[in-house]
Amino acid sequence: MMGEPLSDYKAPVQVHFSPYEFNGGTILAIAGEDYALIATDTRLSQGFSIHSRESPKTYPLSEKTVLGCCGFHGDVLTLTKVLGARLQIFEKDHNKPMPTPSVAAMLSTILYYRRFFPYYTHNLVVGLDEEGKGCVYSFDPVGSYEREFYRAKGSASAMLQPLLDNQLGGKNQQGVERQAMPLKQCVAMVKDVFTSAAERDIYTGDSIIISVVTKEGTKSEQFPLRKD
Amino acid sequence: MSILAYNGAAIMAMKGKNCVAIAADRRFGIQAQTVSMDFDKVFEMGPNLYIGLPGLATDVQTVHSRLKFRLNMYELRENRRIKPKTFMSMVSNLLYERRFGPYFVEPVIAGLDPKTGEPYIASMDLIGCPMETNDFVVSGTCSEQMYGMCESLWEPDLEPDDLFETISQALMNAFDRDAVSGWGAVVYIIEKDKVTKKMLKTRQD
Amino acid sequence: MAAPCVEPAKGGFSFENCSRNARFEQMGLKFPKAYKTGTTIAGVIYKDGVVLGADTRATEDTVVADKNCAKIHYISDNIYCCGAGTAADTEMTTQMISGQLELHRLATGRAPRVCTANRLLKQMLFRYQGYIGAALVLGGVDSTGPNLYSIWPHGSTDKLPYVTMGSGSLAAMATFEDRFKPNMTKEEAMKLVRDAIAAGIFNDLGSGSNVDLCVITKDKVEYIRPHEIANAKGVKQGRYLYKRGTTATLSSDVKKIEFDVIGTEVKTSAQPMDTQ
Repeated sequence: MMGEPLSDYKAPVQVHFSPYEFNGGTILAIAGEDYALIATDTRLSQGFSIHSRESPKTYPLSEKTVLGCCGFHGDVLTLTKVLGARLQIFEKDHNKPMPTPSVAAMLSTILYYRRFFPYYTHNLVVGLDEEGKGCVYSFDPVGSYEREFYRAKGSASAMLQPLLDNQLGGKNQQGVERQAMPLKQCVAMVKDVFTSAAERDIYTGDSIIISVVTKEGTKSEQFPLRKD
Repeated sequence: MSILAYNGAAIMAMKGKNCVAIAADRRFGIQAQTVSMDFDKVFEMGPNLYIGLPGLATDVQTVHSRLKFRLNMYELRENRRIKPKTFMSMVSNLLYERRFGPYFVEPVIAGLDPKTGEPYIASMDLIGCPMETNDFVVSGTCSEQMYGMCESLWEPDLEPDDLFETISQALMNAFDRDAVSGWGAVVYIIEKDKVTKKMLKTRQD
Repeated sequence: MAAPCVEPAKGGFSFENCSRNARFEQMGLKFPKAYKTGTTIAGVIYKDGVVLGADTRATEDTVVADKNCAKIHYISDNIYCCGAGTAADTEMTTQMISGQLELHRLATGRAPRVCTANRLLKQMLFRYQGYIGAALVLGGVDSTGPNLYSIWPHGSTDKLPYVTMGSGSLAAMATFEDRFKPNMTKEEAMKLVRDAIAAGIFNDLGSGSNVDLCVITKDKVEYIRPHEIANAKGVKQGRYLYKRGTTATLSSDVKKIEFDVIGTEVKTSAQPMDTQ
């Protein structure tokens, strides 16, 4: 008896390759009249576990430029390293730190360079522009970017963004003029929205670090969140 | 795409001082295409008892009529108004009966106790796991956005007029960040002696 | 609108939507997820009873659906049951078994035994082949003394002096393995269970909020909810109220509700009113 033709033949099996991981984290940036603010939580997690409670996702790039970066922590580390090196080269070449809008443009090309094997990172760049006004640049993982007034990124971004639309953008409110928020009020609001996000998003918690960029430089403060 | 997001919906309910509010969007769409902007998803189940049914539109209407049938039978048999909590059990049983072939709705219930006037809100997953809270409940395709808004805006003991502003702002700003819900909204403010129904002016995109 | 839905009253699950739902799946639409209690639940036997513990978080994927849900369910006056897994399943399964056990109690005229509850639960779960996703910790005190079981969704059970279940079970079990000893006092047992649940709350993202405890002894049940508010709701700095009239409306209808006045009572105070 003959067996079925090629009965022992097995099609080649493709081994599944999944090099990405999501490590949680939320970042939020707001551009003011003469300041820019960026806040992140400090929880680093994977699945149902917490890796670190003290891992901020803001990276000071120069005295007046801060990067917020979350997503896959491995890519975050590599990207910030590459970015740091490029900025150092620029500073040595030109004898001045790179201006924030240029940092944003360069980050876009660095991200797009990896178009078909992207860095799995959500990025926000904040700083001051040429006129000394606060600026926020938000990026998608492959380098599309835009200057905005406020933006939330990361795991709880969907919870934060509509509130910013409402409170900062003055959306859906009759007879309310959109106006710039003073820094103190802005910081209080940022604490509140993160407190709210920590209630509902399991990847946001432990604490937040708020960095404020003004023409004097960058100042940071820490604020506790729930730890569960 | 999830079956629950096929038609798109956003519904929430909030407790206030001696009052409750329930709000819903008005869109009926098929995936990304909007078909109508006057679709009812909140239904009256008694003088001060309402249910919101976000989810698959066909099931929204089927579940509504099945519930109405069971509710009528209950009220005829008992010859009294149903309590919100009892009604919640009724919905929960209807959904859990279909544990292995569910209706794709995640109901939100808001009402006042017919005797005491005690505010009551609850929500449920699609297989009828009840969840009663003292602040707010949300359900629909932009639940994350709604959670974010409600957590920040809600505070205890809001008067009916303030509760209306809070729930309306929470709902509108939430569904403006969702592509498959919005296109108008309706808010019911339920008090012991009256129910106020307000249609909101919202973005139409 | 849909046709009149006249339905005969019958028990059990209904499978009428299954073939339709299977078609949806064929169309490429994804099945939604039910609430999970990505939980930490635990129990220990001590000198004269059982201590059960649970956290209070229910999740829907990565979002917290309920911050203070009750996961210790009533079975009978001397038996309680913690539930982990699909929230609706734990809720309904414990309710059904509670009902059956009450009928059994009335039929036999005896306080139900924990092993009876255990058998009813495991037989029900086994019948459904694990599709009812309920992982339970069952504890109680009966004529034989304190009893503690863990019950898995497929229907297998363990009878042990200390058990944990749910996504935080490893964190909780680590605490038990470190510090459990036989014949503890009530205070020791409560502290141990609290610490085990707290380990789950803080180290497992699926568990959170408060610690609930249930202490069952021969003639008393203490259901302590919450035993400890491990994570208080965050306090806001500002208030986000709107001026009335901020929201644009298209129309406003008021429907008056008539209600009967059953009784009227006028209270007058004996003291003259303070008019200052």
